[in-house]
Amino acid sequence: MDKKDMKNIEKEMKLANEGLSEKERTLFSDARPTPVRPLNKYVEKFLNWARAESLWILGYGTGCGAIELRPLMTSRYDMFRYGIAPRPSPRQSSVFIIGGYASLKTIKRIVRSYEQMQGPKFVIALGSCTINGGMYYDSYYTINRINYYIPVDIYVAGCMPRPESLIAGFNKLKENIKAGKCDGMNKYAKNFDWYKANQKKIIKDWNMPDYNW
Amino acid sequence: MEEILRTLEQQFAITHQNKMRDDLLFVDVKKDQIISLLTYLKDYAGFTHLAFLQAVDRIEDKKFQLTYMLYSFQLKTNLGIRVFIDREKAEMISIDKLWAHAWQYQRELKEMFGIDFPGSPRVDESFVLESWEEMPPMKRDFDTLEYSIKTYYQRPGRSTNDPKKYMKKKLYNNFAKSPDTGRKND
Ligand code: SF4
Repeated sequence: MDKKDMKNIEKEMKLANEGLSEKERTLFSDARPTPVRPLNKYVEKFLNWARAESLWILGYGTGCGAIELRPLMTSRYDMFRYGIAPRPSPRQSSVFIIGGYASLKTIKRIVRSYEQMQGPKFVIALGSCTINGGMYYDSYYTINRINYYIPVDIYVAGCMPRPESLIAGFNKLKENIKAGKCDGMNKYAKNFDWYKANQKKIIKDWNMPDYNW
Repeated sequence: MEEILRTLEQQFAITHQNKMRDDLLFVDVKKDQIISLLTYLKDYAGFTHLAFLQAVDRIEDKKFQLTYMLYSFQLKTNLGIRVFIDREKAEMISIDKLWAHAWQYQRELKEMFGIDFPGSPRVDESFVLESWEEMPPMKRDFDTLEYSIKTYYQRPGRSTNDPKKYMKKKLYNNFAKSPDTGRKND
């Protein structure tokens, strides 16, 4: 392959950022997410242990299920004893809790916040609304399956799940992270076009960069 | 209150009255009298508070029903003014000059039902829906289930339980059999 071909391929790999105006396009990155290869087996195992023991959740409640995060934080259920802490910004957090139904307006913000989070990042989807639409399955403005738009690591079923089940979900997430099974981020990077197509199918006024970071 | 109602009957063409409670009553009025009626109620009769303005889609009669809910702090009474407007060419007179906050209701009605309020500020801006391209979703001929199936991916395997039957099967079987309730399974 000569140099010209390489350049063409590189150009195709760039994101178009069609939602942005000419002027804004220069301000945002047009690189795609790339899958991260795990390190040496033992190092990765240690890192996974460390990741699992300090889960920082993004404080963004998207649906009614987010109300259960408050008792989880306070002394009754006290999630801090599991090494879980809330963070105000997507840049600092590693777990995204989708707290229930996501409307079209919310899913736009969810996608944006998810992409802004730094890897490794995990998603817990709370409540039946995120699984199959729950009682909003026939609504005109709420999406039904969250895993068509962002990868999900753990579902917690229930309408709405109590903090106990959330804790169970967190513990399961920890197990999975330690076993190295949670690589939603790589899944997202590998199937990036599929996720983007799904997102753009419903978000019709796409006015943000294609990959937000 | 009686006095006000009498005045309303004499001065405005009120087609129907309905008293629900002592402090809640509804009157139906023609579309072209709404401004004069509301002005009278607001400025002379003490109904100074517009609690809400909402619409009902009476698709069977090919009408939208608009309800202006007023409240009087002196009489402690709610008064609902109902207007029926044509469903096909849905247009209504804007009341944002009477109650400034009405523009927000009117903007919502425009988005959810497609009822136009010419002259109302920012009435064409979207209210809660972002990038909505279908017909206004609260109209009853909009099939939300069909739209949801078409747009959002359904997860197969969804089942529904009738709560009454389910509970009966789950609980009341044992309940009926237990000797000390003495109840038959109904
Ligand atoms: S599953 Fe229930 S509690 Fe959770 S968001 Fe849906 S309706 Fe609300």
